[in-house]
Amino acid sequence: MNISLQEIVFYIVGACIIACSILAVTTGKILRAATYLLFVLLGTGAIYGILGYTFLSAVQLMVYAGGIVVLYVFSILLTQSDKNMKYKINRAKLISVLLTIVIGAALVLFLVMTNGFALNLIPQGVELPVENIGHALIGTGKYQFVLPFEVVSVLLLACMIGAILIARKQK
Amino acid sequence: MFLDYYNLSPLLMQIHAFLCSVMPEWLALTLEGLVVGVFILVMYAVLAIILIYMERKVCAAFQCRIGPNRVGGKGGLLQVPADVLKILTKEIISLKHSDHFLYALAPFLVILASILTFSCLPWNKGGEILHMNIGIFFVLAASSIGVLGILLAGWSSNSKYTLIGAVRSGAMIISYELSIGLSVLTMVVMSGAMDIQTIVEGQANGWNIFKGHIPAIMAFIIYLIAGNAEANRGPFDLAEAEQELTAGYHTEYSGMHFGFFYLAEYLNLFITAGIATTLFLGGWMPLHIAGLDGLNMVMDYIPGFVWFIGKTFFIVFLLMWIRWTFPRLRIDQVLTLEWKYLMPLSLVVLLLMTVCKVFGLTF
Repeated sequence: MNISLQEIVFYIVGACIIACSILAVTTGKILRAATYLLFVLLGTGAIYGILGYTFLSAVQLMVYAGGIVVLYVFSILLTQSDKNMKYKINRAKLISVLLTIVIGAALVLFLVMTNGFALNLIPQGVELPVENIGHALIGTGKYQFVLPFEVVSVLLLACMIGAILIARKQK
Repeated sequence: MFLDYYNLSPLLMQIHAFLCSVMPEWLALTLEGLVVGVFILVMYAVLAIILIYMERKVCAAFQCRIGPNRVGGKGGLLQVPADVLKILTKEIISLKHSDHFLYALAPFLVILASILTFSCLPWNKGGEILHMNIGIFFVLAASSIGVLGILLAGWSSNSKYTLIGAVRSGAMIISYELSIGLSVLTMVVMSGAMDIQTIVEGQANGWNIFKGHIPAIMAFIIYLIAGNAEANRGPFDLAEAEQELTAGYHTEYSGMHFGFFYLAEYLNLFITAGIATTLFLGGWMPLHIAGLDGLNMVMDYIPGFVWFIGKTFFIVFLLMWIRWTFPRLRIDQVLTLEWKYLMPLSLVVLLLMTVCKVFGLTF
């Protein structure tokens, strides 16, 4: 057995992510679900960190853990939706859920089996320089993403205008 | 280079090489991680004790009192350690009809965010603990987890006061994160790097606050105001508004659970000051005055961590001065200040800094 320290950390983090994902959908309380979701997102950030992609790791923390989950928690606090969510699942729903799981797992397995893992694409233990990410984000050449970047900003602007319209006091 | 005799990294490399020669590398790495972890926690606790003592003395001075003066000799030096022992022995109460898991988790989220940011501070040349090329961005990202702990604490205490307190504190912290982010971004534009050590080393020929003149000074002031709010202190200590909210989101916490919130507040104060030192006052760089070579030589012989801690405590003193001088703001005033004045101003400062940088107007 020849396991590197990185792999051990990866398996621990992976196990935590799986456990918290299952807990997030099986727990009965909505705020607990949000908390488990937070742990899943923290774990994903940790995996990006193991890969040496610290920029994406910090973005994961900032946008998802510090942004989206805070938004969820805030809306749960403000809407008082503090009911127990133990729904009864009827048979048709159960069968369709199982079917979806099987199809999804088959699809993932198929993709993994046919393509394999790109093992040595990322140099181990080296951080991706942030200059490269910046140039890729706002460059106009091939494999550079200025157009999606700008389109996303237009989307965010539209969201903000919509939120202001909804929240504005009626005259 | 003139600062190399206090560089820690050759020493640390030697220790690492020695450990690797007597044991496998993974064991060496794990042991080093453990030692560094214990070091962080010890520093955290010791700094908290020093800061609490300093706060009580500074507060007393501003209110024309003496402060702690009985326990442990004339200065009351043992007052805070005695308080620590007392809080360690207090009972941790548990509430009826509340979510125990979230109630117990919330203080740890707050302290997690605080320790993650704490370990990014540049103590010395080669003395950083968490080092990444996006350092300062990671600090902002990690500090944004803390607000979740506050919200969960308020909700899981199952009380109206804590819920209102949590929503108020949460809204305030989320709002002031914008100003902090923008003023940090201003300094990132100024130094052209996000790596904390690179930012510090870029200030070898002058601290950023002097090199960036007007926009840097404005960003510094904005950073101090927003940093005070982020640490839940100063005129922004809504949680402490006894007459309306008892004690805000941590009303129902006792013993060390409350201690964690208290600890995190003081260490967030230190971290805010430490990041301000890094960005504006040159981190561990000594003070140099052009032309006075003798003075500069003397300054170089003072080790980097003394400079860093000294400057950080200077900013801590500034923040305490603000705290004990201004009256507390109401929640609507807090939010108005941020959204109508501070955030637009910091956008303008960012623009100004970019223009200065593009036209080479910074030194």
